[in-house]
Amino acid sequence: MLEKNPVIFIILAFVVIMIGTTVTMIAPFKWINGAGDRIAEVKPYTPLQQEGRDIYMREGCNNCHSQTVRTLAADVERYGYGGTYSKSGEFVYDRPHLWGSRRTGPDLARIGLKYPDPKGAWHRKHMENPQSVVPASNMPSYAFLNKPLDTTYSERKMKLLKFPYSQADLDDLKGKSEMDAIIAYMRKLGTDIPVKKVEAAVQTAALKNPFTEYKSIESDAKSVYRQHCASCHGDKREGTLGPALKGSAKADAELFKIISQGIEANGMPSFSAALDEQKIWKLVTWIKLDTK
Amino acid sequence: MNAPTRYFDDSVKGFITWSIIWGTIAVLVGILISLQLVWPQLNVAPYLTYGRLRPIHTNAGIFGWGIGSFIAMFFYITQRLTKTPLWSPKLARVTLWIFNIAIASAAVTLALGINRTKEYAELEWPLAIVVAILWVLFSLNVLMTILKRKEEQMYISLWYIMAALVGVTVLYVVNNLGVPLHLFKSYSAFAGTNDANVQWWYGHNAVAMVLTVPPLAIFYYFLPKVTNNPIYSHRMGIIAFWSLIFMYLWTGAHHLLWTPVPDWIQTLAMAFSIMLIAPSWGAVMNGYLTMNGQWEKMKSNYIVKFLICGITFYGLQTLQGPMQAIRTFSAFIHYTDWVPGHVHMGTMGWVSMVLFGATYYVTTKLSETEIYSVKLADTHFWLVLVGQLIYSVTMWIAGVQQGMMLLATNPDGTLHYSFMETMIAIFPYYKMRAVSGFIYLAGLLVFIYNIYKTFQKGADSQAAKA
Ligand code: HEM
Ligand code: HEM
Repeated sequence: MLEKNPVIFIILAFVVIMIGTTVTMIAPFKWINGAGDRIAEVKPYTPLQQEGRDIYMREGCNNCHSQTVRTLAADVERYGYGGTYSKSGEFVYDRPHLWGSRRTGPDLARIGLKYPDPKGAWHRKHMENPQSVVPASNMPSYAFLNKPLDTTYSERKMKLLKFPYSQADLDDLKGKSEMDAIIAYMRKLGTDIPVKKVEAAVQTAALKNPFTEYKSIESDAKSVYRQHCASCHGDKREGTLGPALKGSAKADAELFKIISQGIEANGMPSFSAALDEQKIWKLVTWIKLDTK
Repeated sequence: MNAPTRYFDDSVKGFITWSIIWGTIAVLVGILISLQLVWPQLNVAPYLTYGRLRPIHTNAGIFGWGIGSFIAMFFYITQRLTKTPLWSPKLARVTLWIFNIAIASAAVTLALGINRTKEYAELEWPLAIVVAILWVLFSLNVLMTILKRKEEQMYISLWYIMAALVGVTVLYVVNNLGVPLHLFKSYSAFAGTNDANVQWWYGHNAVAMVLTVPPLAIFYYFLPKVTNNPIYSHRMGIIAFWSLIFMYLWTGAHHLLWTPVPDWIQTLAMAFSIMLIAPSWGAVMNGYLTMNGQWEKMKSNYIVKFLICGITFYGLQTLQGPMQAIRTFSAFIHYTDWVPGHVHMGTMGWVSMVLFGATYYVTTKLSETEIYSVKLADTHFWLVLVGQLIYSVTMWIAGVQQGMMLLATNPDGTLHYSFMETMIAIFPYYKMRAVSGFIYLAGLLVFIYNIYKTFQKGADSQAAKA
């Protein structure tokens, strides 16, 4: 009979389709983004950050960059930048989500932790000419974002998305470029959840490098360097955005302190959350070497 | 016997022509973006940057080439299977206009950066509404033809057609819900993890309702036509059909393994993905057994070759897909080039192969003549097959290599390779993929020439008769 009655056939097909849909797509609305998911520290976007997010969407950055640190050790190590894997509560203000499906480039869920520099110097240089900081990168240049930001809809966006905002937030948009907006967005990504910083050793005098020779640690140190330092200090420690490090004359203890606590004014991030003491000492030992 | 029914085929021809045009554009853009991944200097800011072009490629491929040809084939098949002329030829002509306007506006708006960013649902709300209207008008025409049919029994292809009409409507409408800010911008109705879950419920079932169900409808119609064998098992067809459309809808979260989506949704997706092997292979076996052992037809009939090769890619695709849906395997290949390798075996292999075969058949029928050149059809076959294989194989290797490098750690838990090292390692494969694109394009051009010549031949012989 089914093969003779198209109306019944279509109704039945619809019902069959709706079973799996109901269980896996409709029902989860009851839990996802509910009280159990909420994280108090996660804040909505400011007008400038939201403008940046909209530019991210316009340029289709999501076609190459994901925004979810999976619950895999290697993901957390590579993209956590001291934070942990992504939690549902971090995304409650994201309309739409921008998790992406490809990592032609690296994940950006916590990129704000990687480059905390308030001036965004690294981002600016990278966006204008990616190959100037990462020579082999295949990312396009976004120098064209150096144009005034259109703020016509900024306030309406806040209202529509029901995000709180102040007059100061709106004033902050004045004179900003599209580049400023996208950098503001990237600096916010992943920074809401407080990162547990390792207690930085108080007494510099008490700091003593446990490594006396470099051979045994060289390969570990190099891989940490490539992962965390090369993008600002150059592949060969020759200095690009940050100063040259090769054969540094600074004392071990001082280098340790700079790496673990950072120098905020210069844009040098703190690595005390991302790297344990052992790894920092390995770095210190190796960067001071004057060989290749 | 009554006089033979007069079918209305102008729009079939119109849709075939335009879908081929959009398909060629999809491939050209595909080649351009594959080159941009090796030479970023090829990005032309801001309109022709990779981030804006990639959705143009996928939309032209899936909506322009895929859906465009499906509409042509559904109009053609439905009339024959119901022995009834199309319900409204006028509506069909209007549908073609809306189709072309929609796809052209999609390309223009995406280049302008008007983009919702949800994969395969990128078009902003005014255009999404046009697409929805297009689909409803098309569905209405097909369904009314079925309702007024003269043949009581509905053959398997008609079930698949009806399921696709209903399924796509539900999926497209839900995933496009949003709140407009102005004419060119809206925000999704769903937030964060909910939005991701809705998106991949849509995304995977776009694979089901657009890239699986319609080509199956077409395959089931044309294979018996060209082999002169009846379909092997009607009952197997029924079981495979209902279990396929039941199971697919549970599996969207296999795109979201290890993410914040609740674990039980991920586990269900994994289990149902594996179960999907059964109905998928039911469909494949039904095709193979329809050959009734007459495999020499693979040699003697150029269309059989396309259809059987297509269904074989479908079989491989539905073994590889479930494998990717397993958590441990996903950890390894998700986000890597493995996935484009999978995707293009489906699109360039399965979907396109079946469409090439069906297009040859319909072209010869509509122009009431033989194909212009069987030799060229063979050349076309080998070029697209080789192009497709090089594409997928290089991307699988690249994906495995990068996946392995990304997960490699040192004894102290630090990562062995930086991201850039993993990228430099796969550049050679990117270059080979671009070459595969040119080979595929060459095949496509041979196909277009052959189709054009066949239509011309048909027109000439009709003119001679008159
Ligand atoms: C039993 C059948 C199938 C299953 C279980 C399946 C499973 C999957 C999985 C798990 C992914 C995600 C991979 C990842 O991102 O890690 C995927 C991606 C994809 N598959 Fe399949 N697949 C199946 C058949 C097909 C077929 C027949 C096609 C036809 C063209 C297809 C086209 C695609 C596309 C286009 C994507 C990419 C989606 C995106 O990330 O944008 N699949 N599939
Ligand atoms: C010569 C032919 C083609 C070339 C060179 C090509 C190239 C590409 C490239 C470079 C990408 C981006 C991969 C990435 O994200 O890393 C892509 C993605 C995609 N292409 Fe193609 N393509 C071709 C044919 C097609 C056809 C005919 C279709 C559809 C009918 C298609 C559908 C898609 C889809 C759905 C994606 C998204 C995959 C995903 O999300 O994982 N492509 N293609």
